[in-house]
Amino acid sequence: MGRFVTTRTLPLLATVVVFVLIYAVCAAQYPAMLGLRVMGNLLTDNAFLGILAVGMTVVVVAGGIDLSVGAVMGLTTVALARLIEGAGLPPALAFALVLALGGLFGAGVGAAIHYLKAPAFIVTLTAMFLARGCALLISTDSIPIHNAAYDTLAATALALPGGGRLTLVAGIMLLTFLAGGILLHGTRFGARVFALGGNAHFAQLMGINTGRTTILVHAFCSLMAALAGIVFSLYTRSGYALTGTGVELDAIAAVVIGGTLLTGGVGGVAGSFIGVLIQGLILTWITFDGTLSSWWTKIAIGALLFLFIAVQRLILVASARYGRSGAGPAAPNTPNQATSAPASRPSSGAAAPSAS
Amino acid sequence: MAVTPPPVVLAARGLTRQYPGVRALDGVDLTLRAGEIHALLGENGAGKSTLINLLTGAQPRDGGTITMDGVEIDPDGPGGAVKAGIAAVYQEITLLPNLTVAQNLYLGREPTRWGLVHRSRMNQEGAALLRRFGLTIDASRPLSDFSTAVQQLIAIARAVDLSAKVLILDEPTASLDTAEVQTLFTLLRSLRDQGLAIVFVTHFLDQVYALTDRITVLRNGRLVGERRTADLPRLDLVAMMLGKTPTAESHLSRRPAAGIPAGAPLVRAEGLGRRRLVGAFDAELHAGAVLGAAGLLGSGRTETAMLLFGVETADQGQLVVDGKAVTLRSPRDAIRLGFGFCPEDRKLDGIVAGLSIRENIVLALQAKRGWWRRLSTAQQHELADRYIKLLDIRTPDAEKPIQLLSGGNQQKALLARWLATEPRLLILDEPTRGIDVGAHAEIVRLLENLRDRGMALYVISSEIEEVAAYSDRVLVMRDRAPAGLLEGDSITPAAIVNAIAADHHTRGAA
Amino acid sequence: MSAVTQRLKAARPQLALLAVALLVNVFVAPGFLDLRLQDGRLFGGLIDILNRGAPVMLLAVGMAPVIATRGIDLSVGVIMAISGAVAAAGVNAGLAWPVAILAALATGLVCGLWNGLLVAVFRLQPIVATLILMVAGRGIAQLITEGRILTFTEPHLIAVAGSTLAALPLPVVLALAAAGLTGLLVRATALGLFVEAVGTNPRSSRLAGVHTGLVLGAVYVWSGLMAALAGLIATADIKGADANNAGLWLELDAILAVVIGGTSLYGGRFSIGRSVLGALVLQAMRTAILRAGLPPELNLVLMALVVAAVLTQQSPAFRPVATRLMARLKNKEAQA
Repeated sequence: MGRFVTTRTLPLLATVVVFVLIYAVCAAQYPAMLGLRVMGNLLTDNAFLGILAVGMTVVVVAGGIDLSVGAVMGLTTVALARLIEGAGLPPALAFALVLALGGLFGAGVGAAIHYLKAPAFIVTLTAMFLARGCALLISTDSIPIHNAAYDTLAATALALPGGGRLTLVAGIMLLTFLAGGILLHGTRFGARVFALGGNAHFAQLMGINTGRTTILVHAFCSLMAALAGIVFSLYTRSGYALTGTGVELDAIAAVVIGGTLLTGGVGGVAGSFIGVLIQGLILTWITFDGTLSSWWTKIAIGALLFLFIAVQRLILVASARYGRSGAGPAAPNTPNQATSAPASRPSSGAAAPSAS
Repeated sequence: MAVTPPPVVLAARGLTRQYPGVRALDGVDLTLRAGEIHALLGENGAGKSTLINLLTGAQPRDGGTITMDGVEIDPDGPGGAVKAGIAAVYQEITLLPNLTVAQNLYLGREPTRWGLVHRSRMNQEGAALLRRFGLTIDASRPLSDFSTAVQQLIAIARAVDLSAKVLILDEPTASLDTAEVQTLFTLLRSLRDQGLAIVFVTHFLDQVYALTDRITVLRNGRLVGERRTADLPRLDLVAMMLGKTPTAESHLSRRPAAGIPAGAPLVRAEGLGRRRLVGAFDAELHAGAVLGAAGLLGSGRTETAMLLFGVETADQGQLVVDGKAVTLRSPRDAIRLGFGFCPEDRKLDGIVAGLSIRENIVLALQAKRGWWRRLSTAQQHELADRYIKLLDIRTPDAEKPIQLLSGGNQQKALLARWLATEPRLLILDEPTRGIDVGAHAEIVRLLENLRDRGMALYVISSEIEEVAAYSDRVLVMRDRAPAGLLEGDSITPAAIVNAIAADHHTRGAA
Repeated sequence: MSAVTQRLKAARPQLALLAVALLVNVFVAPGFLDLRLQDGRLFGGLIDILNRGAPVMLLAVGMAPVIATRGIDLSVGVIMAISGAVAAAGVNAGLAWPVAILAALATGLVCGLWNGLLVAVFRLQPIVATLILMVAGRGIAQLITEGRILTFTEPHLIAVAGSTLAALPLPVVLALAAAGLTGLLVRATALGLFVEAVGTNPRSSRLAGVHTGLVLGAVYVWSGLMAALAGLIATADIKGADANNAGLWLELDAILAVVIGGTSLYGGRFSIGRSVLGALVLQAMRTAILRAGLPPELNLVLMALVVAAVLTQQSPAFRPVATRLMARLKNKEAQA
C-alpha cells in the first residue's frame, strides 16, 4: 500500500469511488443529471442535511453520537415561526436567538454526558424527546411565515451557467462545510476533538480537558442543528414541529458513508459532504426514474451503511492483526488501574532478552 | 566509584496507598539522584504500578511525602506532576495513534498563526525535536505508521520536552527487539548524562545489569531494599524479588506427594507453543501430583496455562489427554475434558463482580451442564453453602455480591467454582497473589488436600517457598521458554531461584 | 412465597411510580378504576392501559436481556413495521392466516438473527449493528407494502388485536404470556444467569465456560421475535400495515421502559417483570395526560424528565452522593 492509501484514507477513497460510480450510472442513464441545474437543486434540497452532517461529523470524530439533531432542528423551525409571526421579531434577531438557544441546549447535553458518565446515545435520545416535546407544545400545526425579508432571503440565489441556481441556503451549507473543515482540521480545538475520539483516557493523560471538549462538541452540534432549522425554514417558509423526524439517521449515515469511523478519532467533513451528495444523488436518480419509489433510497442508504461499516471493521481487524500495534480499537488497559497484569495479557512482539 | 554522590532530585518518603481490603503500598521510600538510571523491580502486586501512579498523581496517596529538589510537591492529576517535572511513559504507549507524530508531540500547545494551528512549523519543530532523540522521521505522518519502538521514543521525546527532571519508564522494552532495545539504551544513557533521573521498570534482569546504576526492590507493597546495581549479584536480586534468601530455612515444610504416580500421565504437553506467545514446552500432569511452574513476571509462565486451558490455541506441538491428542479451541473444550483454571487477575478474568457468591460458584458447573439443565435454586444454595463451609469462605451468606469479599475469600470462591465441576486437572495462576499472609497457608493446605484426593494440579506461582513445598516437579520458565525441570529432592527454594536467575548470556534471543 | 415477596420488594420503586401515575389518572378522571364486564370482556381505565401498553410491554420484554448484556437494539420499531407488513401482504396475497402470522414471526426472527450475527460474530458495537437495520428497515417495510397503508379484512388477523380471551383483550393476554414465557425461559433455565454474567464480565464468563457468542446472539433473536409479535398487534389494531408509522420511535419507549425497570445500561442484573412495569408506567403517564385534556405532546417532555432522573440515579458520579444521603438517613433512623 502506498503512502496515500492508508487505513485513514481508504474509507474516504471508497466513498469517492462510490460517488463517482453512482454519478456515472446516473449520467449515462439521464444525461440531464449532469447539468448544473440538477446539481444546484441537489445542493439546495440537501442544505439542511449537509449542515446537520457537519455537526454530526464533529461529534462522531469525538467518539460520540447525537440523536437529538432532528428534533432540535424541528424545534428551531417552530420557534422561528412563533418568534417572527407571533412575537413579530425581525428575522435577524430571531436567528440569533435560536442559534444561542441551540448552542446552550447542546452544552447541556454535553455536560450531562460528561458529568453523569452516561452513554451519549441515551442522553441525546432523552434530549430528542425533550426537544420534540417542546416543539409540539409550541404548536402541533405547521405555521407559515409571511415576512418580506424572509421571502427575499429565500429567493436570493446566484445564477449558474446552464440555468442552475446556487441558492442562499445552498451557499450557507457550503460555507458551513468550509468552516467545519477549518474548525476540525485547522484549530487546536479540532486536534482535541480528534484526541478525544482516539482515546479519551489517553487524551486526558496528555493534559486534555475532556469534559470541556465534550461540552463544546455537543454545543457545536446543536448549534449546527439550529442553523439547519433556520435553513429549512427558509426553504419551506414555515415552521413545523415534526420537521426533521428521522434525519439524525440520514446525518449519521452521511457521516459514516463519508469515511468517518463510528468508533471515533478518524474522519472529516469532506467525506460527509460526499456522503450527503450520495444520498441526494440516489434520491434524484429515483425521482428521474419515476418507476422506482422513494423507499429504495432508505434501502440503498442502509446497504451502503452496512457496506461501509463492514469495510471499516475489516480494516480495523486487519490492521490489528497484521499492522503495527497501537492502532487497534481494543479498550486500553488503563495504566492507573490498581492491578495491571501485563503477564496475563501477552504483548505483541516476541520477547527479546537484550544482548550485552 | 562515585566520590561525591550526585544531588537528590526526587525523594519520596513513606508512600502509602490503601485499597479496600489490601494495602497496595505500605510506607515505601524512593530516592532518585540526578544523572542516574534507577531500576524499580518487583513481581506482580509488588506495588510498582501503584508507586508510579502516586508519583505521577494518577492516583491520590493515603500517606507519605514527595519532594522535588528539596521542595515538597503534591502532584494533583497528571498535569500537576508534569508541571513539577515528573513524566511517565508506559509500556502500552499512551499516545494517540490516530494523530500525526507532531500532533502527538504538541497536543494542547500547538504553535498557532492567525488562530489556526501552524502545521508546517509544528511539523518542522517536531522533526527537529525528534532528531535530538536520534530519530529522523517525517513528523507529519500518523503515529500508527511507526513501529512500537519508534512510538516509544516519540513518547519519551514528548515527556522530556514537556518537563524532564524525572522520567519514569514502565516496561519500555517489553515489545522491542534487540536492536530497538539498544537504540533505546543509547538514548537513555545520553539523557542520563544530561542529568535526568530515570526510573526504569522492567522484568528483564539482563537489562537491569546492562543499563541501571541503582536498584529499588518492592515486594507485597513494601520496600525490600535499595542497592547499587554493581554491588548486587543476580542471585541476591532474584532472592530479594522473590522474598527468599537462598540460604535461609523455609518455614513451610516440604510435603510433596508420595512420588509421581506410576502409569501414563493424565495430560501431556509435547512441545506445545504458540508463535509470539510462548516457546515450545513439555509438561506432564499426573493425577494426585502437583506440577509447579516458576519464573519471573513475563517469563511465559502464565502463557503456558493459557495454552493448556484453550484461552489461546497452540500452533505447534500437541496436547495428549487420556492418551489421545486433542486441540483446544476455547476454554469450553478444556472444561469438557475436566480442566479448571483460576486465572491470575481475579478482578478482570476471575470473579463476575455484581453477581452473588452463589452465582459465581455455580457458574462453571452450570456452563458445563448447558443452559437447559439449570441447577435448581435449592441445589445452588446447597452447593454454595457446602463450599463456603468446606473452604471456610468468610461471609455471612452466599447472596452477598462477590466483590465485597477479601482477596483470599474471592480466591476460595473461584476455587469453589472449579471444584464444583469436579475437575481432573486444576490450573492455578498465582493462587496466593494479593492475599494476606494468613490466608496463604490456608490456600496451600487446600491445594495439598486436593492433590491427596487424586486431582492433578498445575500451579504457577512466584512464591518460591510455596512452590517448593508442594510441587512434585517444577517447570522453570524464562524469557517465554522453558528453562529447566526440577524433580524430587532437587526441588528447593534455592535451586528454583538459581534456575530462574541462571546467567544466560550464552543463550540466543528467543 | 418468599420469592414472590422478595421480587415485589425489589420492584418497589417501579410499583411506586406506577401507583403515582395511576393516582394521577384517578385524579383527572374519576371512575378510572371502575371495571365492568360487558359481552364477556372487561372494560375500564386499567384494562385500557394494559391494552394500549401491550406493544411496548412486548418490546421491553425483548429489550431487557439485550440491555443486560451491555447491548442495545435500535431496530425493534422497524422490525414491528416489517413484520406487520409481511402479515398484511401475506393475507392479501391469499395466504392462510396462520401462515401469514408465522411468516411475520419468522421475519422477526430473521431480523434478530441478523443483528445477533453482527454483534456476536462480527463484533460490531450493538448500537452500530442495529442502526443498520434501523436505517434500512422502513424502506424494506415500504417495499413490501409498496408505499401504501396496506389494509386487510382477514378477520383472524384483525382478531389478534380485537378479540377477547379470558375477559381480557387478546394483546394483553399475548403480552403477559410473552412476559411470563420469557421470565420462565430466563429464570427456569440458566439463560438468565449467563446473560447477567456475560453482561457483567464477558472475559470471566468465557473463562468459566459460558458460550458468550451464543448468549449474545440469542438475546437479539428473542428481541426480534418479541418485536414481530408487537408488530402483529399494532398492524391488527389499525387493520392495516403502515410502513411509515408502525412502531415509530417505539424502540425508545422500550429502552426507557427497561431503564425505568431498573436495568443498568452498563449491563448486568435485569428483570422482565420490572421492565413490564416500566412499560406500564409510560403508558399510564400517557393516558393520564390524555385524560387530563393536556396536549399529548407533554408526554414526550415528561418522559425525558423521568429518564433524566433515572439516569442521574444510575450514574456512577451520583452514587457516592446517594450512598452518603442514605447513610445519613439511616443514622437519623437509628437515633430516633
